[in-house]
Amino acid sequence: MSDHTQHAHGGDHHDETHDGVADIHVTLKGYLTGFCAAALLTLLPFWLVMSGAFSKTGPADAFILLLAAIQIVVHMVYFLHLNGKSEGGWNMLALAFTIILVVITLSGSIWIMYHLNQNMMPSMMKDVRNLP
Amino acid sequence: MSDMTMTVSGGGGAQEALRFHVEEGHHPENATLLGFWLYLMSDCLIFACLFATYGVLGREYAGGPSAAQVLELPIVAVNTTLLLLSSITYGFAVLEMQQNRRAPMMAWLIVTWFLGAGFIGLELTEFLHLVSIGAGPQRSAFLSSFFTLVGTHGLHVTSGLIWMIVLLVQVGKKGLTAANKRRLMCLSMFWHFLDVVWVGVFSFVYLMGVLS
Repeated sequence: MSDHTQHAHGGDHHDETHDGVADIHVTLKGYLTGFCAAALLTLLPFWLVMSGAFSKTGPADAFILLLAAIQIVVHMVYFLHLNGKSEGGWNMLALAFTIILVVITLSGSIWIMYHLNQNMMPSMMKDVRNLP
Repeated sequence: MSDMTMTVSGGGGAQEALRFHVEEGHHPENATLLGFWLYLMSDCLIFACLFATYGVLGREYAGGPSAAQVLELPIVAVNTTLLLLSSITYGFAVLEMQQNRRAPMMAWLIVTWFLGAGFIGLELTEFLHLVSIGAGPQRSAFLSSFFTLVGTHGLHVTSGLIWMIVLLVQVGKKGLTAANKRRLMCLSMFWHFLDVVWVGVFSFVYLMGVLS
C-alpha cells in the first residue's frame, strides 16, 4: 500500500504521540480506493438480484457470500486501517481469534440444526412414539 | 527498563553478574484503541450469534410471510448507499482531524450524522410497515430472528449517532485535543465496524432471503 508515502503530517503531533492516534496513517487515496471497491462490490450483487439475473439459489448464494467476504476485507483494510503492524500485531491476533469463533458459531449452528431437522422428520417421530 | 541485573555468588566465591536483556517490540503507550478494538471483536461475536440464529430460523415461516414476500430490496439498496456514504464522509472527517482543521471536521461529522439518521429513519419505516401488515416479530421464527438481528444493528447505529452528537459538543467546546482525537478514532472504528456488519446483513438476510 502507498499509505506511508502519502501520509502528510498536519501540524505538530507531539501532544498526541502517547495515544497511538498519530500512528494511524490515513490518506484520501486510501479512503477513495476503499469506497470505490466497496461501492462496486455492493452494486454488483444488488444488480444481479434485483434485475432477476439470479433465479436459482445454489450458486447465487455462494456468489453473494463471496462478494460479501471480499467487501468485508476491503472495509477492514481501507476503512478500519487494519494491518499486521498496528498495535504491535494484537489487532490482527484478536481478529484472527474472532474469525475462528465466528466460523465455528455460524457453520456449527447451521450444520447441527440442519441435521437435527433431517433427523426429526415426522416419519421418525412415529418410531419415538412407539418406544416403550 | 527491561534490563535486569542479578548477582550470583559462585562456588569459588567469585562474583559474577548475569544480565538478562529482554527484546520487546514497540508497545502502544496508551491501549485505548486496542481495548476498543477488543470490544468491537466481542461485539462481532454477538452479531455472529444473531447471524447463526437467523441462519437456523430464517426459513421457518410458520405459515406466515416468507422473506421474499416481505423484504423490499429498493429500500435496502437506499439504506446500504446511505451507510456506505456515511462511512466515506466519516473518513473525510478523520482526514480533516489529522490536519487539525476543526470546522471542516465538524461539518463532515454532521453530514455523517444525517446520513446515519436517514438510515435509521428508513429502517424504522420498514419495521413499522412490517408490523402494520401483520409481519411483526411475534409472527414467526423467521421474523423474530430477522427483527432481532436487524434491530440490534439499528440500535448500534443509533448509539453511534448519540455518540456523534456528544463528540460534536465536546469538540465544539474543547477543540481537537488529544483526548478528543482519540475518541474520534474510536467512533471511527465503531462506525466502520457497523458498516462491515451491514455488509453481512444485506447479503445474508436481504439478498439471499429474496432469492429463496
